[in-house]
Amino acid sequence: MSKVLVVTSGKGGVGKTTTTAALGAAIAQSGSSVCVVDFDVGLRNLDLVMGAERRVVYDLINVVNGDAKLAQALIRDKRLDKLALLPASQTRDKDALTDAGVARVMEELREKFDWVICDSPAGIERGATLAMRHADMAVVVTNPEVSSVRDSDRIIGLLDSKTIKAEKGETLEKHLILTRYDPNRADRGDMLKVEDVLEILSIPLLAIIPESEEVLRASNVGCPVTLNNPLSAPARAYADAVRRLQGEAVPMSVPSDRKSFLGKFFTRRAA
Amino acid sequence: MSLLNIFSRRGSAPVARERLQLIIAHERADHGRSDLVVILREEILAVIAKHVAIEPDKVQIKVERGEGVSTLGLDIELPLPAAARLTAARTETAAKAKQAVAA
Ligand SMILES: Nc1ncnc2c1ncn2[C@@H]1O[C@H](COP(=O)(O)OP(=O)(O)OP(=O)(O)O)[C@@H](O)[C@H]1O
Ligand SMILES: [Mg+2]
Repeated sequence: MSKVLVVTSGKGGVGKTTTTAALGAAIAQSGSSVCVVDFDVGLRNLDLVMGAERRVVYDLINVVNGDAKLAQALIRDKRLDKLALLPASQTRDKDALTDAGVARVMEELREKFDWVICDSPAGIERGATLAMRHADMAVVVTNPEVSSVRDSDRIIGLLDSKTIKAEKGETLEKHLILTRYDPNRADRGDMLKVEDVLEILSIPLLAIIPESEEVLRASNVGCPVTLNNPLSAPARAYADAVRRLQGEAVPMSVPSDRKSFLGKFFTRRAA
Repeated sequence: MSLLNIFSRRGSAPVARERLQLIIAHERADHGRSDLVVILREEILAVIAKHVAIEPDKVQIKVERGEGVSTLGLDIELPLPAAARLTAARTETAAKAKQAVAA
């Protein structure tokens, strides 16, 4: 049985695309087939984070409109043969996506892959609701910050009302990824606590991803962080998330990039 | 370091938490309410319109949240002929019911 997962947040720039690429690569590494789908029409980014920007020929809109076959638009990852990307278009109007067309493409993706991961655009408008429409489960990406948590609450409301699962009266599995978490700021009491966010949003925690320069480094070279540096703190946190998604019980922790004692001493001082 | 600074060393997170809880409680109430009221209004209107001609803008639905209980208030203004028919219909159904019991 294939699973459709939407990565969503409401607020922009919180780490949806980073998360989509990282989860996609980690799932592919675990041996399941995955397609990551960019629903951010007009602002496509996933191809960049995946390092596939120069291989985009056809996109989601072409397939939805029937101008290209799904197989023509899919880009197989060069590093992981179980991983594929369905890119978004850079220029076209997002109204070009029809409900029926998207439904058809999602059905076709379900037949081909074990996992389909939809990278949602920011906001709570049609683009975001279209990305979540066919999902079996959702990963809500949140930063430990007032506006992000508030927007996540709005998105959870939409997940519970605008998805096909919700309309059928079924429950859509929702998971929280708390990302850009900074243990130093948490120590100082200047960041919302994990418990606070969980209490407010009341959905189960899938992972805590630390703030890390490894994420920027990975996006610079166009490689999902889980693939670029699997031993880095964010990569380990995302890998744990995938094991949990696959049903394994993995104790929750906030991985940290290992530093020498001296290095730690100095960063603490500088903070 | 001022006294204020000593107190604020607890950090800004607790303030963030309190603000969030308030905003979200309000927003959930707002969205929950407007959605439910819209649904109720439409369905109640449809039921009544099956039997009586009413004007949609003469129907008011209010939800009031109290301490322990919330109330749903329904205020429908019936046009005169419909009001007359409504009482007539009631006596007719009552009569039919009696007949049914007798039979
Ligand atoms: N754990 C992290 N540590 C440091 N930087 C991060 C982390 N996660 C994401 N970022 C950075 O945050 C920025 C936004 O990330 P990303 O593009 O994934 O967000 P998004 O939610 O997809 O944004 P949009 O809403 O615009 O689509 C990027 O510069 C990314 O490198
Ligand atoms: Mg994005």
